[in-house]
Amino acid sequence: MRRLLGLLLFLGTLASAGGVLRLATTTSVYDSGLLDAILPGFERETGLHVQVIAVGTGQALKIAGRGDADAVLVHAPALEAEFLRRGLGVRHRCVAKNRFLIVGPEADPAGVRGARGALDAFRRIYARGALFVSRGDDSGTHKKERALWQAAGLVPDGRPWYLESGSGMGATLTLASEKGAYTLTDLGTFLYMRDKVRLLALFDRDDPRMLNQYGYMEVNKKRFPWVNAAGARALGDYLLRPEVQNMIGDYQKARFGRSLFTPLFGRCAVPVKP
Amino acid sequence: MSEVIEITLRSLLVSGLATLLAALFAVPLGLYLGLKGSGRAGRAAIYAGMALPPVVAGLFFYFLFSRSGPLGALGLLYTLPAMVLAEALLAFPLIAGFTLAGAAERAPRVRTLVRALGGTERQVLPTLLVESRRVVVAALAAGFGAAISEVGAATIVGGDIRHATRVLTTAVVLETRRGNLEAAAALGAVLLGVALLVNAFLVMLEARR
Amino acid sequence: MITARGITKRLGAFALRVEHFSARQGEVVAVLGPSGAGKSTLLKLLAGLLAPDSGEVRREGLWAYLEQDPYLLDRPVWANAAFGRRLHGESADRARQATLYWLRRVGLLGLAERPARDLSGGERVRLALARALAVEPAGLLLDEPTANLDPANVARVEGLIREARDAGQGVVLVTHNLFQARRLADRALFLLAGEVVEAGPAPAFFTSPRDPRTRAFLSGEMVW
Repeated sequence: MRRLLGLLLFLGTLASAGGVLRLATTTSVYDSGLLDAILPGFERETGLHVQVIAVGTGQALKIAGRGDADAVLVHAPALEAEFLRRGLGVRHRCVAKNRFLIVGPEADPAGVRGARGALDAFRRIYARGALFVSRGDDSGTHKKERALWQAAGLVPDGRPWYLESGSGMGATLTLASEKGAYTLTDLGTFLYMRDKVRLLALFDRDDPRMLNQYGYMEVNKKRFPWVNAAGARALGDYLLRPEVQNMIGDYQKARFGRSLFTPLFGRCAVPVKP
Repeated sequence: MSEVIEITLRSLLVSGLATLLAALFAVPLGLYLGLKGSGRAGRAAIYAGMALPPVVAGLFFYFLFSRSGPLGALGLLYTLPAMVLAEALLAFPLIAGFTLAGAAERAPRVRTLVRALGGTERQVLPTLLVESRRVVVAALAAGFGAAISEVGAATIVGGDIRHATRVLTTAVVLETRRGNLEAAAALGAVLLGVALLVNAFLVMLEARR
Repeated sequence: MITARGITKRLGAFALRVEHFSARQGEVVAVLGPSGAGKSTLLKLLAGLLAPDSGEVRREGLWAYLEQDPYLLDRPVWANAAFGRRLHGESADRARQATLYWLRRVGLLGLAERPARDLSGGERVRLALARALAVEPAGLLLDEPTANLDPANVARVEGLIREARDAGQGVVLVTHNLFQARRLADRALFLLAGEVVEAGPAPAFFTSPRDPRTRAFLSGEMVW
């Protein structure tokens, strides 16, 4: 029994020994494949091995907030501010942005195409009682969607046309496609799924309300002494390096004809103040 | 493709170790309770254990191994050993329950036989173990099946980290989430194939003896 | 030699009472009685599988017990036969060698390698007998060994019982078969509702029983 524990201990320490950096991020970031594209360069340079844990925004911040990750990359400015306020994270940096879109069936029963703005689009959906799928999982996308309903002065909860999937963006898009419903999605996931779903981008504009900003924070070593603070800082520096920022902007541009992510070069479009 | 092989081998490793680890404790326990006859408390506990929802086990280990948790210093969260432990916990009641049922069925007659030929009470257990070997193999198959198809606890405790803790089940969920349903189905087929192969092997083993 | 004195045993509503019982080397004692009389219970007490509520059982040497419908282990015939010897510490090879002799005696040598579960009813009983004989016991405690066997197997088993007795082993034989009892018994005992009604040496017990109940039983009338 003791030998078993010893073996487990040994294997456990192997996992954390020398040069591992744990990054908690969201499924939409992870599923875009961006990290697989830009992390290898960082790993080669530093010799660090980056372990990426992709979960919902809420869970990513929870994991980081328990010191189970060394750094966190999410897209929920309000939650990021709270994370900083509670002293769980330090050195917030805005890495990139893209946008949210409203996608839906070609028939567009609510007339979203002709909406004057994001809030008007939501009001049209509400008025029409058109099927709408929500992430329902406290993710960045979900929080954005809830904020839009609230800003429009509407409460969709409990309505028969308001469906909550509780799943990731890809599964939500699939569901919306199957049901001929509208949904709010991030650009990246939609571009990947475009060929697989019967949905069109009905509201795809440079609207400040639809801004999706990605922030990077290092987990506070003062709170969690065991975190790899040096590695987290190095990754943050790396992500904000001009060459890497350009790489981020170019990612999949050739394939989709547009940028998946627009680099911010450290200048936040949405301020994040603790 | 090679990543599929990597994931498959990892699944086999984690679930295989989990089954063996669970069996190490569950088989003797099942035999012992079967031998004792009315181990009502033990039996009730095992049956309750079978009803343990896997995600609950996953959460338990998450909080246990989290860096902020009691065993955080071990650094086991998001590692393979943690997954092995979680899956072992889930396989344990299955293996113990199967073994117990088989042993209890045979124990009285085995005991009578051993005593009838002048043997001692202490010789009953080893004889019972050999007599119950087919049942134990079935128990291992059941335990392994539970372990390898486990996804909830495996995700919570392992984190589905690429090249580190991703296994077949978590990979299926990942691909589904991304909308790559064909890839998910392919991985699912591999998972099914692996489970069937291992079970076929175990059945073969049981039949040959 | 096996002796029991002042035995009482209560099992639910049933109560067994045997003041004195004995069986010697080289004799067959038949235990007779209707169903539920307590014959199997008595045999289990003699074997030490049950503990009496009062009284004691004294065994000199090993008295091997053979239950009704004997349990065969999930292994080959020879391994079943050798099991008893293995229990007493003999190595697998030596035990196997010794039991081959007994398998031949019971006529199962040709089936030695087969799995025990393949055997027919008669073969199963013979295997169990070989298993018991293989430990070279002082005596045998047999619970209706030929129930459900065809005449050929019955004859075979009875032959083995006779040989055991002639070789100097004791035999306590619980049987329903009165003819069998007459054929084999040196002494007999009649149990009824947990009490010993009559006991005595063989020819006299069968030809001129003293108790009217014994008489009724032996003449084939149902005795309640």
